[in-house]
Amino acid sequence: MMDIHRCFRCGYCKFPDDFSKYNCPPYARFRFESFSPGGRLWLTRAFLNGEVDFSKHLSEIIFSCTACKNCAENCRMGFKDEIVDWIVSARREILERGLAPPFVRDFLENIRKYGNPWGLPRKQRADWLRAKKYDGDDYLLFLGCECSYEDRGRSMAKNFVEILERAGVSFGILGENECCDGNEVFMLGELGLFQELAERNKKTMSELGVQKVIAISPHAYNAIKSYEGFEVFHYSQILWDLIQSGEIKPGELRKTVTYHDPCFLGRYNGIYEEPREVLNSVPGLRLVEMERNRKNSFCCGGGSGNFVFDLLRGSYSPARERVREAAETGAEIIAVACPACKAMLDDAAKDEGLKDRVAVMDLSEIILRCGIS
Amino acid sequence: MFELKFDRAVCEDCTTVDCLVRCQYMDFDVEEAKREIMKLINGEDSVVLHECATCYACEEYCKRGNHPFYLITDLQEKKGIFPAPRPILRQWINLAIPGKKDFPHFPGAKEPVISLCLFPEYIGSIQGKLFEDVSVILGRHFFCQLVYLHFGKPSIIRERLPKIIENIANHGFKEVVFFHDECYSTFTSYANAYGIHVPFKPVHFFEYLYENLKKRESEIEPLNVKVAYQRNCSTRLTPWKEHYLDKIFELIGAERVERKYDRENALCCGGIIRSLQRYDLFVDVQKRNVEDMARANAEYCVFNCPACYSSLAKRVEEKGIKPVMIHELCKLALKRA
Amino acid sequence: MDIYKALVDIVGEEFVSRNEEELYIYSRDSGLTEREKPDFVVMPGSAEEVQKIVLLANKYKIPLIPVGASLTLSGLAVPIRKGIVVDLRRMDRIIEVNRLGRYAVIEPGVTQGKLKAFLERNYPDLCHSMPDAPPSATVVGNILIHGQGNLSQLYGFNSTMVTGLEIVLPTGKICRIGSCSLSPYWFAVEPLPYLAGIFLGWFGTTGIITKLGLRLYPRKRLRDIEVFVLDDPEKVADVVYRITHTEMAEDVITMEQPYPMMFRDVVLVQIYFNGDSEEEIEFKRKMLWNSVMNYIRSRDGGFMFLTPDVQEDFLEKPASSVTRFADVMKGGGFVYCGAIIPVEKFAEALRKLKEIAKRHEITYGHVGRIVGRGHCMMFSFSFPFNRADRASMERAKEALHESYLATLELGGIPWKPELFAQKMILERMDKNAAELMKQIRGLLDPNGIMNPGNWEVEP
Repeated sequence: MMDIHRCFRCGYCKFPDDFSKYNCPPYARFRFESFSPGGRLWLTRAFLNGEVDFSKHLSEIIFSCTACKNCAENCRMGFKDEIVDWIVSARREILERGLAPPFVRDFLENIRKYGNPWGLPRKQRADWLRAKKYDGDDYLLFLGCECSYEDRGRSMAKNFVEILERAGVSFGILGENECCDGNEVFMLGELGLFQELAERNKKTMSELGVQKVIAISPHAYNAIKSYEGFEVFHYSQILWDLIQSGEIKPGELRKTVTYHDPCFLGRYNGIYEEPREVLNSVPGLRLVEMERNRKNSFCCGGGSGNFVFDLLRGSYSPARERVREAAETGAEIIAVACPACKAMLDDAAKDEGLKDRVAVMDLSEIILRCGIS
Repeated sequence: MFELKFDRAVCEDCTTVDCLVRCQYMDFDVEEAKREIMKLINGEDSVVLHECATCYACEEYCKRGNHPFYLITDLQEKKGIFPAPRPILRQWINLAIPGKKDFPHFPGAKEPVISLCLFPEYIGSIQGKLFEDVSVILGRHFFCQLVYLHFGKPSIIRERLPKIIENIANHGFKEVVFFHDECYSTFTSYANAYGIHVPFKPVHFFEYLYENLKKRESEIEPLNVKVAYQRNCSTRLTPWKEHYLDKIFELIGAERVERKYDRENALCCGGIIRSLQRYDLFVDVQKRNVEDMARANAEYCVFNCPACYSSLAKRVEEKGIKPVMIHELCKLALKRA
Repeated sequence: MDIYKALVDIVGEEFVSRNEEELYIYSRDSGLTEREKPDFVVMPGSAEEVQKIVLLANKYKIPLIPVGASLTLSGLAVPIRKGIVVDLRRMDRIIEVNRLGRYAVIEPGVTQGKLKAFLERNYPDLCHSMPDAPPSATVVGNILIHGQGNLSQLYGFNSTMVTGLEIVLPTGKICRIGSCSLSPYWFAVEPLPYLAGIFLGWFGTTGIITKLGLRLYPRKRLRDIEVFVLDDPEKVADVVYRITHTEMAEDVITMEQPYPMMFRDVVLVQIYFNGDSEEEIEFKRKMLWNSVMNYIRSRDGGFMFLTPDVQEDFLEKPASSVTRFADVMKGGGFVYCGAIIPVEKFAEALRKLKEIAKRHEITYGHVGRIVGRGHCMMFSFSFPFNRADRASMERAKEALHESYLATLELGGIPWKPELFAQKMILERMDKNAAELMKQIRGLLDPNGIMNPGNWEVEP
């Protein structure tokens, strides 16, 4: 954080590349300058310098950043790529000083004790899913916490498993032996716990001889890539491969669909086109783009653990704004490729009273809906 | 300090005066050309000093190796006839002054070594199969300075060059590959013409590419494409190395299309001409050059010079031809396999 | 009286803060002026809410500081007498665009970026005069400080582009000025008595703008730039005169700075021009070249050849290079005196800038923008500093203060001056004019609540 003073608070970080709207989720939500990336960095520096005391409000400011990386994408300064690292370092400092707010403390404790942020029993991780345990298969399917415990995530897992089975792909899951990938743990500043989780997963996977991993959650994709030693794919890439090779052939679906780019798939890992190719391969499907798409995508507000503690909730939440933006395109379906996005946008659609107009569906669900041969 | 090795008797005896008669930017018959060349060798003012587009071609046209272009540039400076406005020259002088990010030495750099000179943006592209184990030196401490021939200020070249040579030689290299044709031409043609000693062997990038492609011949899948080649100005100073380029094209399956403005008839990319404030000529040479490529059905325009690339790539693209640096085209041929 | 509760009743709990963190952030801008924490920060969502806040402030004589993005760098948005900072950026609707009349009606929180994007998407043949401030700057904020933009060479200061205003006066009345005061159209502040002048350039001391009518201009399909380079600053005024005479140029910018090296020892005159066809572009280019051909022939000046990437940088709108100047010392800051001077004073101003920089052992930058057909120019004396180095901040501050003095000595006026420079201006101003300012403020704001400390005329 040596360079944190270099932030000029110019505000480029708040926007997408055409400056049309505010694209930083906490700033769009709260609108006080303190919640903007620049405001957050200045307050972090003030806290570290002792100019500002730690408080509940400061913790809200610091932990409401979803680490969506819009700021790093749009900052015009030489240090742009360090911005998210600075936020993570600030969080680490807060944790190390024993100042973690309860919602963060609980999130991390639950992962430490139960392997998931909700504190649900380990054995519930995979006991609901009928899928083969990994045993030297071509691919390990890594579910991640949301796809293991959360309803919307579980449905994504079930749907994708069905597609893989029907396509005859050789894969298996870790089941109870899978533990949290650690992406959010890292983003929340708990490096020690992240390393523990990474080591545990790596050990399990190495001992089983895993070489290729498919992740449903882009958060898991991002984390496992950092483990090194494994070839990692996002499930949208596998879907596209299967469609290209003819292993699955989508049937017709006459719907207008818009695709919401998840932060950890898009801005973090540059994967924008494969999900779109999957959608474009469906006969009759009309793909329309939201104004803010690809690297300009507006985060659903679920990152950095917010899909659990949801600091950005309320009538001005980013998720609700995003759903309204999707509805404006005339789309009947918002296609998602991330379980956090699915849960956040699904709830937002309900809160906005738009559930009848716009359905939130993930790619597998859409493919299954149109029928595959 | 360094004097041009020029023999006036060679020019006096010359009956063809190819240097001026073949000039693509000035129009002389043999008699007019003879009159003007005599003015030049006598150190007098001549329309040549004012109208020269600084394309370097006359160095190639003179088959007697008597350096007409170097003569012109020395005389321009002597007479204070500057092809470009003074402030533009000032910019070019300043841009080559080493700063904090320029290092005169790259400890650990060993052969094979490529000098990237003033083009650090290409460091990412000097990667992959063709460039395994290559060291790179770059920056203003290794800048060849030849560009000042365009601005009537060749004394800067001779002033700065000994230190540049020393910076390179201090590494103990026996051979140095030069990414930029201008560097290669400086350390061969220009240095020779002025008696400047160069203690290492300059290797042209084409030679390097060819040798390394040859080693991997079995990995090449021919591209089967038609290419136009944009010959840069300094290539005129060292035309002998161009055979490597033709060999490269043959290896990678690129057909160098027959067109009007290639080889000795090549046109300047226009960049410098614009800097000399000759806007209409700039538009004209670019238009003729690119239309010529299109007429010959070129799919690619191959560049060896980053400056030509900057000047011409956009025009080329607008005509539906893909601009590409020679080493990128070579990489394409390897990638496909 | 529980002011906090009263503010909550007006805007809702979500949009009032007395948290230390908000007070800290709103106590300062990115420049080097004094800091002072407000008592509250409030974010109204409508003119009615603004009105209620003003009535409350009047009743209890609490200072009010209306702010946009707080990017002046001269502390104009800093609540130096504490009070309530009114952040207007929730009010960010583009209410209307009248295409044939070429005007827009906007709220004060509309950012430069939002208006640009909106027009490009929905009215691609219209644009507004955009400064090179970051896109987060507000359109209204820039107009209210007499900002200049990329169309100022053609049409003057951005503040001359106002076609109407809705203001909450310091006593709480809402008032409309210009054609909109009696017509559904916001086409001009003329031909009525020019009341708009009471609100432009007053730094929020005479009221809070809640709507503004703004002139839009033709946006052409193509935009290009020629950069004319000189090594003698004395020639700049004449070059500008010749260029502006052609009436071919859009924006004309001057630049002089020691880095990068290619910019050192020369003055760049950046001439932007536009057209709907290649033919128009080439015609304009030719006229521009011809206008300075004498300098080209004498070798005293010439046009740079711009490679595509350099050209793209120059054509970026807004120019992020202006913002990036803040990181020249890897220190996150710069300050500048934007001197409004006659163009003929260019060379002298540049000399003074270099002297000041040398004396304070600080690097500098200059960017200038021609206003009108060379009726004047904004000449910046810019100094970067390192926010983590107190000494560098001191040097920058001292250089800045000297620049204010130098500006006045040149016969110029510091634009958007910080308090220190406001005093210098008022000291030198015609006494009756200063007195008039005081009277107007006294009339409009008898309780002295509006951004107090600014434009304060000493008795």
